Amino acid sequence: MFVIECPWCGPRDQSEFSCGGEAHISRPAERSDMSDEEWAEFVFMRTNAKGLFAERWNHAAGCRRWFNVLRNTSTDEILAVYRMGETPPDVSTGLPATPCGEAEIGSGNDAAKVMVEAADGTTNTRDTV
Amino acid sequence: MTEQPFRMARGGFIDRKRRVTFRFDGRSFSGYEGDTLASALLAAGEHMVARSFKYHRPRGILGSGSEDPAALVQVGSGLAATEPNVRVTEQEIYEGLEVHPQNCWPSLKYDIGVVNDLFSAFLPAGFYYKTFMGPPGSWGVFESFIRKAAGLGLCPQEPDPDDYESLNRHCDVLVCGGGPAGLMAALTAARSGARVILAEETARLGGQLLSSDPEHLRVDGLAPAEWVEKIDAELRGFEEAMVLTRTTVCGYYADNFVALWERVSDHVAPGERDPVVPRQRLWRIRAKRVVLATGAIERPLVFHGNDRPGVMLARAARTYANRYGVLPGRKAVLFTNNDQAWRTAVTLHDAGADVPAIVDVRHEVRGSLLDQAASRNITVHLGTVVTGSSGRHRLRDVTVRALDGSGGVTGGETRIACDLLAVSGGLTPNVALFSQSRGRLVYDDALAAFRPGQSWQKEVSVGACNGTMSLEDSLSEATCRTVDVMKEVGLKAKPLKVPSISGSEFSSGAISALWEVPSGLPAKKVRAFVDLQSDVAAKDLRLAVAEGYDSVEHAKRYTTVGMGTDQGKTSSMNAFGVLSQARGVTMTELGVTTYRQPYKPVTFGALAGQHVGKLFQPRRTTPMHDWHVANGAVFDPVGDWLRPWVYRREGETHEDALMRECRAARESCAVLDASTLGKIDVRGPDAREFLNRVYTNAWSKIRSGQCRYGLMLGEDGMVMDDGVTACISDDHFHMTTTTGGAARVLGWLEDYLQTEWPDLKVYLTSVTEQWAVASICGPESGKLVAALCDGVDADPETFPFMSWKETAVDGVPARIFRVSFTGELSFEINVPADYGLWLWERIMETGAAHGIVPYGTEAMHLLRAEKGFIIVGQDTDGTVTPIDLRMGRIVKKKGDFIGKRSLFRSDTARANRKQLVGLLTDDPDVVLREGAHLIATSSEPAPPVPMLGHVTSSYMSPNIGRSIALALVQSGGERMGERLYATRADGPPVPVTVTETDFLAQREGADA
Repeated sequence: MFVIECPWCGPRDQSEFSCGGEAHISRPAERSDMSDEEWAEFVFMRTNAKGLFAERWNHAAGCRRWFNVLRNTSTDEILAVYRMGETPPDVSTGLPATPCGEAEIGSGNDAAKVMVEAADGTTNTRDTV
Repeated sequence: MTEQPFRMARGGFIDRKRRVTFRFDGRSFSGYEGDTLASALLAAGEHMVARSFKYHRPRGILGSGSEDPAALVQVGSGLAATEPNVRVTEQEIYEGLEVHPQNCWPSLKYDIGVVNDLFSAFLPAGFYYKTFMGPPGSWGVFESFIRKAAGLGLCPQEPDPDDYESLNRHCDVLVCGGGPAGLMAALTAARSGARVILAEETARLGGQLLSSDPEHLRVDGLAPAEWVEKIDAELRGFEEAMVLTRTTVCGYYADNFVALWERVSDHVAPGERDPVVPRQRLWRIRAKRVVLATGAIERPLVFHGNDRPGVMLARAARTYANRYGVLPGRKAVLFTNNDQAWRTAVTLHDAGADVPAIVDVRHEVRGSLLDQAASRNITVHLGTVVTGSSGRHRLRDVTVRALDGSGGVTGGETRIACDLLAVSGGLTPNVALFSQSRGRLVYDDALAAFRPGQSWQKEVSVGACNGTMSLEDSLSEATCRTVDVMKEVGLKAKPLKVPSISGSEFSSGAISALWEVPSGLPAKKVRAFVDLQSDVAAKDLRLAVAEGYDSVEHAKRYTTVGMGTDQGKTSSMNAFGVLSQARGVTMTELGVTTYRQPYKPVTFGALAGQHVGKLFQPRRTTPMHDWHVANGAVFDPVGDWLRPWVYRREGETHEDALMRECRAARESCAVLDASTLGKIDVRGPDAREFLNRVYTNAWSKIRSGQCRYGLMLGEDGMVMDDGVTACISDDHFHMTTTTGGAARVLGWLEDYLQTEWPDLKVYLTSVTEQWAVASICGPESGKLVAALCDGVDADPETFPFMSWKETAVDGVPARIFRVSFTGELSFEINVPADYGLWLWERIMETGAAHGIVPYGTEAMHLLRAEKGFIIVGQDTDGTVTPIDLRMGRIVKKKGDFIGKRSLFRSDTARANRKQLVGLLTDDPDVVLREGAHLIATSSEPAPPVPMLGHVTSSYMSPNIGRSIALALVQSGGERMGERLYATRADGPPVPVTVTETDFLAQREGADA
């Protein structure tokens, strides 16, 4: 259970929130010439990203406000929280990722459990993004 | 013979004045307060306490704490307060404690299941996989045999009689482990003013210091326990420091969310437990920083015959002697590959045991160790290994041979008689919590084990769990690292002065990794166990690799190594070693299995906490609830609510009551508690436009004083909710939703307002609990409403259907809606919730003259079905559009609304979708089963049977005088009068006729 920094209430336990899925999908205005495919794209189709993902969260057991979150789905690390209607901040430079998209630490996957070479000793804090 | 022949004359942290008796395997034993079951049984000379999971081999006590793999017992008797798989090394004894051996019959020492061991050749690694994948039916053949033979303890059969609780805490620093490093870290943090929580798994702080030789080790000139007491006393003086003993840190989750499991009362006899204190407690901690000081776990050596009772970890042997004052054997041999274990030989010798030999894998060891042995006349065998053991239920002797330098043994066999073999394959940093936190491990050659490499969360590892084995270094690391951590959270801390240490015995020295000890025997005959709980031998791991299970995760699952209740605490490292050798890869290339929460098995009781019984799912009740209870209501859970289902009078069956309620609703008058309806106050200049967008029908022209029914769809065009909304004023509406859908609808509407249409000025407020609602229905209801309300003329002419009035009941402000869910004349009276019960009592009192009858949800369902009204979620299932419900008349052509475009998708617009229709059985007494399938033929054809639809609602209607049903049927609207058949499990299909859904109208049509 991670902590989410609600833009209105501050850091709170994940259990207070509900996730609304992928962000930045706006409802198309009604158009008579809209094809079934176009509409289905909006209603049914969502990406399922491994790594950086913009998603909507609602502080359901708090202020009930919706907001956007940039989360690394392989590590659950929250990289940014921003309000509805805002464009996502650029955080991609700090994302730890291997060629296959796997974060090198934090995902709990096999590739990230053991270090290939010894760390230079005492770095025991995570690199901040 | 004394009753505790192996109890030393002095020493140990036990209260020798308080003798405790308990029963194990039908026999009576005694120990002292402070003993664990293990130490008390060892004091009596009992090593064999269990049988293994698969082969039923005798199992003894290997460890002294939560790392022990197989010394599991059943604690407690009876069907409720009994607990399986309790480690004898952890359960503290109390007067009257009842302990039973597990997985054996008829008794521990004479066990039928031991035949498994004779057939072990037929139960190889991957036995289950091979059987599942084998010829059809082979699992069925083996299943009954396996289910009986394999297993551990017995589940309690009755509800848990004990109380549990869970608590939440925030802290600056959580220190996991109350050993020397943990104590040092906690004190450093506490002195800086931090909010500190220190969790120690055992009953006492001190960790390995309590296992140290009190005559030998000095910390700041004090005996180890004295130093621990000093730190403990200072810690407890800080208001912001909390010290928890008997508390296991069982799970490390995201963002430093850590679960602690405290056994509050398990060490106290049930009769003496404080009734206001729970048996166990789950602490849910959110820590700014975590200091891991979880120590190291000694791993055994894997040699032929290593699973015999009497084989014990070297540190455990030292722990029993120094911490519990118990000599675990009188004739002890030490078998090791590292320095620290030598102390065990010295300790046991000095405590009075005969130590005939130290067997060390290494060809050279430090001179000081040899001196210690020489001065005690202990024979030292270097470059030598134990190649076998004997003894049926207890170790009798071991055989040793010299290593040949190329992976085998050479020379003659020496047999050494002994009743204890202390073994040590090295110390493995206990990195379970670190790994759970998703930190990365690194293989350390000097330790021949993994240690923390790179942290992911905000934690530090200090002391032995970080691979820092020497006591001095460990204490220094603990205080220094904690100072860094305090700085990160903005607190000033100073490193403590590191105590001076003399006589330390913590270092492993130069360890010589030997993952599997050669025995000189043919491979088939070797029984060298890696996992003593799951009976996994080294050769099983090699078989897994040979059969293609290369990955460490696959080999683990194939052999079940480390998958027992001990989570491989003593076996994983050895398994990795055997696997890396079998594959010819380095430990780093091999990798590790995943350390998962919980660190050790946690009781369901602790996890459930207070959320049991009435608190399992708290129920919402209406203001009228007490009246319902007092008047015979049987309740129906609807969403979170408890609603009256039916009111049974004395002598009535459920059916009688239901029929009476339904008749009253159409013949005189009846009242329903409708307070649970979801109510949303919609306000703002754009409220009307908002309603236009969320309902399928048009709201532009509704005037103040009017009500309108609406359907809400999802964007997929499927019906999601329905309800009546009243126009209070031009910019103010009172929306109602289904009882179960209220929260979902509010959240969903908020979503659209906040994210899609932030330009709309609309404000939503849930007012479900602000209004109490009584829905009065029936031909007499108008008169009753007129009698109840101040100045209301309930004449249908002046108070038309689908309108509402602001009024008062005896001066209490009220809103009356003339709406109907039954098709009958009906009024919903809304009053402020505080007046709900009062209103209800007024209605019953005034209504008596009009034949008032309270009715419940069952009658409500039946009455609405008579009228053909839908219930969202019963007649719809998320795949039904308004067109499917043949309610196209309330779907507007002009203007957008949620889900509109989906109604024109090729699939939703196709002609042959299922539509809602009525069904009448040929036999009016036959009530169809809800869910029954509808087919076109009078007998069921061979599968696949063409299904035309299914029954969604079905009742015996007292008002129609026959059974009625609603159904979703393919092209149903075009099938009026058609003959269909409803299938049933217990007879031939039932003939039915397709009709319109409004049965009341049909009856009136027939009457006319």
